[in-house]
Amino acid sequence: MGRAPYPAAVTTHAEQPFDWSGVQLHVVTGKGGTGKSTIAAALALSLASTGKDVLLCEVEGRQGIARMFDVDPLPYEERRIARGLPVGDVAPGAVHALHIDAESALLEYLAMYYKLGRAGKALDRFGVIDFATTIAPGVRDVLLTGKVYEAARRNARNKKARAYDAIVLDAPPTGRITQFLNVNGELAGLAKVGPIKTQADTVMTLFRSPKTLVHLVTVLEEMPVQETADGIKELRAAQLPVGAVIVNLVRARDLGQADLKAARTGTLDREKITADLQAAKVDVTHEMVDALVLEARDHAERRALEDAQRAIVSALDVPHYELPRLADGVDLGGLYELAAQLKDQGLA
Amino acid sequence: MTTHRPRVGPLAATTERAPRLDIDALIDDPATGIIVCCGSGGVGKTTTSAALALRAAERGRKVVVLTIDPARRLAQSMGIEALDNTPRPVPLAVVEEGAQRPSRNQGGSLDAMMLDMKRTFDEVVLSQASPEKARAILDNPFYIALSSSFSGTQEYMAMEKLGQIHAQAQLDGSYDLIVVDTPPSRSALDFLDAPERLSSFLDGRFIRLLLAPARGPAKLMTAGVSMITNALTKILGAQVLRDMQTFVAAFDTLFGGFRQRAQKTFSLLQADGTAFVVVAAPEPDALREAAYFVERLTEDEMPLAGLVVNRASPPLSTVLSVEEATAAADRLVATEPDSTTAGLLRLHADRARIVMREAHLRERWSTEHPGVATAVVPALSTDVHDLEGLRRIGDLLAEG
Repeated sequence: MGRAPYPAAVTTHAEQPFDWSGVQLHVVTGKGGTGKSTIAAALALSLASTGKDVLLCEVEGRQGIARMFDVDPLPYEERRIARGLPVGDVAPGAVHALHIDAESALLEYLAMYYKLGRAGKALDRFGVIDFATTIAPGVRDVLLTGKVYEAARRNARNKKARAYDAIVLDAPPTGRITQFLNVNGELAGLAKVGPIKTQADTVMTLFRSPKTLVHLVTVLEEMPVQETADGIKELRAAQLPVGAVIVNLVRARDLGQADLKAARTGTLDREKITADLQAAKVDVTHEMVDALVLEARDHAERRALEDAQRAIVSALDVPHYELPRLADGVDLGGLYELAAQLKDQGLA
Repeated sequence: MTTHRPRVGPLAATTERAPRLDIDALIDDPATGIIVCCGSGGVGKTTTSAALALRAAERGRKVVVLTIDPARRLAQSMGIEALDNTPRPVPLAVVEEGAQRPSRNQGGSLDAMMLDMKRTFDEVVLSQASPEKARAILDNPFYIALSSSFSGTQEYMAMEKLGQIHAQAQLDGSYDLIVVDTPPSRSALDFLDAPERLSSFLDGRFIRLLLAPARGPAKLMTAGVSMITNALTKILGAQVLRDMQTFVAAFDTLFGGFRQRAQKTFSLLQADGTAFVVVAAPEPDALREAAYFVERLTEDEMPLAGLVVNRASPPLSTVLSVEEATAAADRLVATEPDSTTAGLLRLHADRARIVMREAHLRERWSTEHPGVATAVVPALSTDVHDLEGLRRIGDLLAEG
């Protein structure tokens, strides 16, 4: 592209560098269309690039990870999907992926804790598994979060299982995140006692601990920013730890403040532009200059709106990070680029 | 959960340009009685529904828009403080002084409402059961959880509400067009699957199992059944199981009614008076969801009106290519690092790349789904705050 991928001046948005190194579980949420799955994947990569073993989990049945990393659809089983290259003496990290579905989680849970061999199968035959995972309210979320919890708390009990340095959860969207994580709240009216309730309580202790952070992905537009602010309030009210706001799809900053102002007020120097274009050996026409000036004005207007939304994000009292909009869309190379940006900005 | 569906398409095709979706013809056609807007989350589905409804009303239709999105902003943009489960009239008459638009609402009207799934569920229970039975259901902890947090309830209730409004409109002529904004489901297909899922749940062996002790003598309980109940008690706890049994027993008589109405609504959706508008953004994920939906509608013989692609980048008005612009910018920066013109050229190159990518995505989509009429709506730089903003979207939709 012939330019620095992103101006250094805007890479650090946190007032002081935050230390996220003690965090074991990164939950990534965001309004639909803001790119939360992309950010979750980029975050997992950036953590792995520091030599960590990272588990990236998805719970919405979309197989988004497989698509982003261009690998076969993922089963209910941990798969290594990306491994780093050794840099000097540092051992490379890796990203493993896990596609969590409630049905498999329930069967595994039954097998693990209740040794329900035959009964487990019978449950399936009677449609109980289907019932419990699609109809019974809240149970689905308990199962999904329960599996994340299990991966986070690997210990001597399950010797074969791999222990991870960090887990990144591509979670449901902002509008549903508090309900999703607040599993015992959801069950409160239903199961006051019993194993499901106990399980939910245990999961909650991890979610409310300093080892967990919930990051919110947004874009600099009114509705997503408003939803992010609401989401932060809800999470805090439920005593769930808010991590960072990650602003995605930020426009390139090819124009400085003075130029932006000139573009907005229609005072860009057309003669200078024409002369420059001729000097750069462009076959310049009036229409071309008109088009460039018009595009600049449109850009300047959007930048002004972005700035207004950025001010709101800054006032949220949460560290925030910014990632650029990649003009060619996000492929695996794009994910690596975004991961490098997150690392540079200190999130990993 | 996700069932595997084969892709549905022409199998062999040449690149096609999608025909234009004529929104005005759709909303002006008196035969169009229901418009369902569907698509994945974050593509501007709710705004599209509201803009369509407003435009139809101002072109003389008697419209009600049923939204699922609790965004207060949308309600306010229609001049209503907050939407609830009852349709509220949207004041249309205000035509700003000196506005170019003549009063267009010749006999048209617009009501808006937001689905309150718990209240809709409660209303159905109250209308179908005797007072004592209704109370028993409404107070049951399992019902309370089911009606307020089960992720599929919203879809059932959206269907239920659509059926109710349609029946009422048929009866008293209050509306001649219903615009439905579907829930932001995990999958856009959940909405269509709601009646089917409800039926299979109600017919399920598990329900019969839960009902068994309430209905027959205990001796009929087979060893298999008691094994199941024991397992469930282990997992859920005895209290939950008891609540569920009480609920299912009390709810049993209502099941038939529920299923019947859900199936009626499903066939209503298949009827000619219905039009599905699939909403997407020019992004791979949103278009993939749109593809699934279009293919599913085709398979189920549901009437598809077309595709709306929101948030498209505005088209370019100069022929300067990405390569030319980038090369020129590099030359300028070599002599003048802070060159404004270089900045303009890079902006242009970025924009050209995005426009090209979006055009490519749309073109590919059209080749996969030939004949699906499409309207492309350019991204607005601001959110919609008032009726005027919704009108603007409506204009853009109609220009397509």
